[in-house]
Amino acid sequence: MFDSSSAIIVGLEVGTSKVCAVVGELTPEGGLSVIGLGQARSRGVRKAEIVDPTAAAEDIRSAIAEAEQMADVEIRSVFLGVSGAHIRGFDNRGRHNIVSADREIASEDVQDVIRNAKAVNLPADHHVIHVVRQHFLVDGQPEVLNPVGMLGAQLEVDVHVVHGITNRLQNPIRTVKDLQLEVEDIVFTGVASSLAVLTTQDKELGSLVIDLGAGATEYVVYANGIIKHTGVLAVGGDHVTNDLAYGLKVSMGRAEELKIEHGAGQVDSSVKSRTISLTSDHGLPERTINLEHLRRIMSLRVTEILEIIAEDLAEAGLLDYLRAGVFLCGGGARIPEIQAVAERVFGLPATLARTQSISGLVATLDQPEFSTGIGLVKFGSFQQDRRRGSNSLGHRLKNTLTQLFQRA
Amino acid sequence: MTQATQTPPSGPAARPAPAIKVIGVGGAGLHAVAHMTEAGLAGVSFAGVHTDARALGHSQLPETLLLGGELTRGLGAGGDPDIGRAAAEAGAEKLRGLCAGADLVVVVAGLGGGTGSGSAPVVAQAVRSNRALVLSLVALPFDFEGARRQQQAALALRQLKTASDAVICLSNQKVAGLIDEKTKFFDALRFSNEMLTQGLRGIWRLVTCTGLINVDFADLCRVVRGRQAESCFATAEAAGENRAREVVAQLMAHPLLDQGRLLGEADAVLVSLAGGADLTLKEVSQVMEQLNRACEGAQVIMGAAVEAAFQDRLAVTLVVTKRNAAPTQGNVAPDLDRPEPEPPAAEFPTSALDLETQHLSRGDVARTPSRFVPPAPSLSPEKVEALLLKQGNGSARQRKQVARMRQGMLPLEVIPKGRFAKSEPTLHHGEDLDTPTYIRRGVALN
Repeated sequence: MFDSSSAIIVGLEVGTSKVCAVVGELTPEGGLSVIGLGQARSRGVRKAEIVDPTAAAEDIRSAIAEAEQMADVEIRSVFLGVSGAHIRGFDNRGRHNIVSADREIASEDVQDVIRNAKAVNLPADHHVIHVVRQHFLVDGQPEVLNPVGMLGAQLEVDVHVVHGITNRLQNPIRTVKDLQLEVEDIVFTGVASSLAVLTTQDKELGSLVIDLGAGATEYVVYANGIIKHTGVLAVGGDHVTNDLAYGLKVSMGRAEELKIEHGAGQVDSSVKSRTISLTSDHGLPERTINLEHLRRIMSLRVTEILEIIAEDLAEAGLLDYLRAGVFLCGGGARIPEIQAVAERVFGLPATLARTQSISGLVATLDQPEFSTGIGLVKFGSFQQDRRRGSNSLGHRLKNTLTQLFQRA
Repeated sequence: MTQATQTPPSGPAARPAPAIKVIGVGGAGLHAVAHMTEAGLAGVSFAGVHTDARALGHSQLPETLLLGGELTRGLGAGGDPDIGRAAAEAGAEKLRGLCAGADLVVVVAGLGGGTGSGSAPVVAQAVRSNRALVLSLVALPFDFEGARRQQQAALALRQLKTASDAVICLSNQKVAGLIDEKTKFFDALRFSNEMLTQGLRGIWRLVTCTGLINVDFADLCRVVRGRQAESCFATAEAAGENRAREVVAQLMAHPLLDQGRLLGEADAVLVSLAGGADLTLKEVSQVMEQLNRACEGAQVIMGAAVEAAFQDRLAVTLVVTKRNAAPTQGNVAPDLDRPEPEPPAAEFPTSALDLETQHLSRGDVARTPSRFVPPAPSLSPEKVEALLLKQGNGSARQRKQVARMRQGMLPLEVIPKGRFAKSEPTLHHGEDLDTPTYIRRGVALN
């Protein structure tokens, strides 16, 4: 009975357009199944960062409540997705000299070298979110996956570090904690989405996951099975809406409707000189809008977002590694013809991402919007696995006790 | 700054033809200009500008100018546009001297490298501050030259579009599609130069030759003078009985016009026909009819000239302009540190031959669309300081004087950022991404 709570994993994404809580359950066989989902329209978030904690807290509460009701569990802790323009990723290398007489690399050496790699020289107000191990180098020989047992004088490891500004990361954590919820870990939403949509094979082949959110667009590059690059662009679907509202001279709400109903990633010849008539609240025709303008404004913005990402990847020299192509997720993946735009911009096959290897409410879950939430649950399940590995009786007892105290 | 103010036009007779100067910038530019000198264009003077002293020495051009002597020690820009730009900025005064007295300056460059990409926009800017019309004739790199050069070329093209009155570009990749596979590389480059030369010849013919239906300098100004305009050109020639039909068919299949698709999207098209004494009215009307149909909605300006050299043949030169005429002022990113406000639309000495066109063009000039000024290239503060130190105080002081002379203007149109007005701006290479993309790119919605 005590152990039941640890089998429940909740991913919470406080996004710009919606707050989404996904409840997953670890089955005894080690599988992961999603048993609950809660959503609420988000009001206190701009560009993927909380600007109104009170409104955000209310939305989080209602999303969590809905998820609790659906899954019929009590949620105590969450894995929280974080994003925002301040988040950056870079590669770092850690070194360690092998001092043992026979020069054989032991697992302690591996731990040491990873610790060295984690000692990143960052400004004081920055906080490291992820340190992802890439490859080991033994005496300069690259691409070593597991150096334990090899002989060498110097062991190095490449890691990918994702970091952000501490205060801005603390904002969502504080908001969640104020609701008497524990934050088990924070996860960069781009990484979470990629966990949800990529198969091991995609990671091996090399792929780019673009999460087109409302407030920000996150992207992650996998190549040879490891994370090579991460980035955030604080431009998203809201910008499209804003452009439309300004360009077509309509309200934000109307612009959002027009975007969803008539938007597309490309301007094709079929829309030339077609118009949409807007109706007022009474159902009377108010004015007409040129569909071609709508599409042009939208396609320029969408193309620009992808172009900026392509530019960044070209600078990092990663475009040639993406043999599995581009995967699009997030609400922006619903834009018609965005695949074609991505294919044109990157010169690579682009697919709409599908959430992989998770059971449960499949029909509901296979939506591009939920990839981050599901990825958070998946991230949580990996953590749980790791924890379970070191699961002695004493550990378990301690966990249970701390949990009890935390709740009190 | 204004040392180049022209002698007051003393009547049409005093200035029969506007002075054209062709300046080749960078290695590719020098080669192209060297090729152009052989084309036998009367009344055109040539000059070369480069950062590489050796390449400049090899060229046989009558006037040459070495840029960035101290910065690069005459060794070229090494493919870095920042250095090219700094070198040109240091030599801005000399550049102005180089093109003094010219009415139309054609800046010829190959984009993608260091000098061409970096210096050409500065050269164009310098020329424009001399109150001459600037036309940039540029070649874009081949695809195989790599993504980096493509990017540099794209950036330079954007800068050139704002710095010059019109940009005519020739994509080498498209040229590669024109020639067959067995063509030698040298010949391919020669062919590309030949295309640029043809473009220049077409313009030269427009401006200097008097035709049956005259197109002159003022008309050219009118077509190309829209800021942010990007033009391309195509020439076709045919002989024989059905030459009028053939010439149009050639144009419609022309790769530089995207198989004629560009014509449909054009805002203004300048057509210049040249034929021998046997050119008939029917032929002219046939060509024009078909072209007019192809580019509906565009402003078509035509000219026809008879030249003895074109006996039995018919040559058509098209200058196709796609103009983004949206008023896009006041959109400059906040971190833009450019003390130099846009030079006002230069009043152009249109000593045109007929009064009517002159009148029209003046009216046009007064209402040049405003435009978006791209941010300065991203340089780290240390680099900026180092470059400024190297170039001495020449250019810096020059800029300050310019700033003092011009009156500051408030943006007429405030670009609302809507719901992002109060949030932290999202900056990317100095552009504020919160401003709608179509406004930043100057795309017209009408």
